[in-house]
Amino acid sequence: MTSDGATLLTVHGLKRAGIEIPDFELAAGEAMAVLGPSGSGKSLFLRALADLDPNEGDLRLGGEARESMSGPQWRRQVTYVPAESGWWAERVGEHFESWDIAAAWAERLDIPAEAGDWPISRLSTGERQRLALVRAMAQGARVLLLDEPTSGLDQRMTRAVETRLHEFVANGGGLIFVTHDPDQASRLAKRCLRFAKGGKAEEEPCR
Amino acid sequence: MPLIALDYWDIAVAALLLLVNAGLSIWMQLGLARDTLIAAARMVVQLGIMGLLMKALFSAVSPWLTALFALAMVLFAGREAMARQERRLAGWWGYGVGTTAMLAAAAIVTVFALTTQVQPDPWYNPRYAIPMLGMILGNTMTGVALGLHTLTSTAMRDKAAIEARLALGHPRTEALRHVAAGALRTALMPIVNSMAATGLVALPGMMTGQILSGVDPVEAVKYQILIMFLIAGGTGFGALTAVLAGAARITDGRHRLRLDRLAAKKG
Repeated sequence: MTSDGATLLTVHGLKRAGIEIPDFELAAGEAMAVLGPSGSGKSLFLRALADLDPNEGDLRLGGEARESMSGPQWRRQVTYVPAESGWWAERVGEHFESWDIAAAWAERLDIPAEAGDWPISRLSTGERQRLALVRAMAQGARVLLLDEPTSGLDQRMTRAVETRLHEFVANGGGLIFVTHDPDQASRLAKRCLRFAKGGKAEEEPCR
Repeated sequence: MPLIALDYWDIAVAALLLLVNAGLSIWMQLGLARDTLIAAARMVVQLGIMGLLMKALFSAVSPWLTALFALAMVLFAGREAMARQERRLAGWWGYGVGTTAMLAAAAIVTVFALTTQVQPDPWYNPRYAIPMLGMILGNTMTGVALGLHTLTSTAMRDKAAIEARLALGHPRTEALRHVAAGALRTALMPIVNSMAATGLVALPGMMTGQILSGVDPVEAVKYQILIMFLIAGGTGFGALTAVLAGAARITDGRHRLRLDRLAAKKG
């Protein structure tokens, strides 16, 4: 895994009700796993980073302050993908800026190109989860915030998703992901952010 | 043909129908008797007061009294529209958004009709202004209440889809487009349906009233058509204003979905 070392995401003084986050910086080509019991604030943390809920703090992307750009501009680059993402149109392809580009990504996660014409109702939970990931990657996110990206997948698909995430990080992306699996945390990341029950988080090396 | 005036006995006889209904409800245990009778009593009292107030107002023909009366009607309509929403905006917004939208829409449409089409003398003559405002306001209220109710309940239901779009960096106008469009469609459905059915199925109350009081049916129809256009216009403006303002309020300047700005479910 290559890492060019330049700071990609800076998080200083992040304040959001219910969680307590240490200051940290994420370099380009770096991944951080987020662990902790259910309800300890892991999702609140990712949502705050994506600016989806009101929060305060000095957040920067490549040195540029979050406040200097609009919410949508920030989120196109710092993109949150929940465990169960939403779908607003009838057909799969309508959810992508360009299905032709996205289809190449989807095929590498075992979803055929003709899925673009499928109605959303035809997708399984696992297919939805993989397509939500493709949706965020295909539009060029620089930092991915993934909430249990493989929770609905079997072992083979979990590995396929992990391979894609490895590539994303190796190409200079930043990755912060929530997982319940310590093995997955150490497979994908060297840094771990562990939440305790009350919402206080501490950084530690992954086991 | 002169108007056949009703005496109070005529009304009392008609009220028997309601008592029969209430009796049936008790017999069939529908639990409607109490509500029906309370609603009927409210209607009698409210209309009675309205009749007396209008009698006084019409003899005064004062612009200030007319404006004050109209404002009171809008404020009551605002309360009613708020009560019809299951999940409303928290705080003053819950009352303010709907009421402001109704005030603007009903005032514009009524003044427009009085000054350019009906043209009574003076234009604010309460004999024309108040009944027309009442009809426009009643329908605008339904539209505004339906629009806001649909907006907030759909936003709650489709939260995941809206947030998926916001998380991908779509602006709030895009993310809420289908919600706002659906709310407006629902708001305008009653007036569209009633325009389509009027004359075939339903004879509108105002037209019937004019005919009963001796007006030539063709003249009454002309009035009714004018009123329907005004109602459609008022409902459209009112619902559009309310839904857009509501959509702005359930999101914020950073394009986040702010369902925390809805009041807790009542009851």
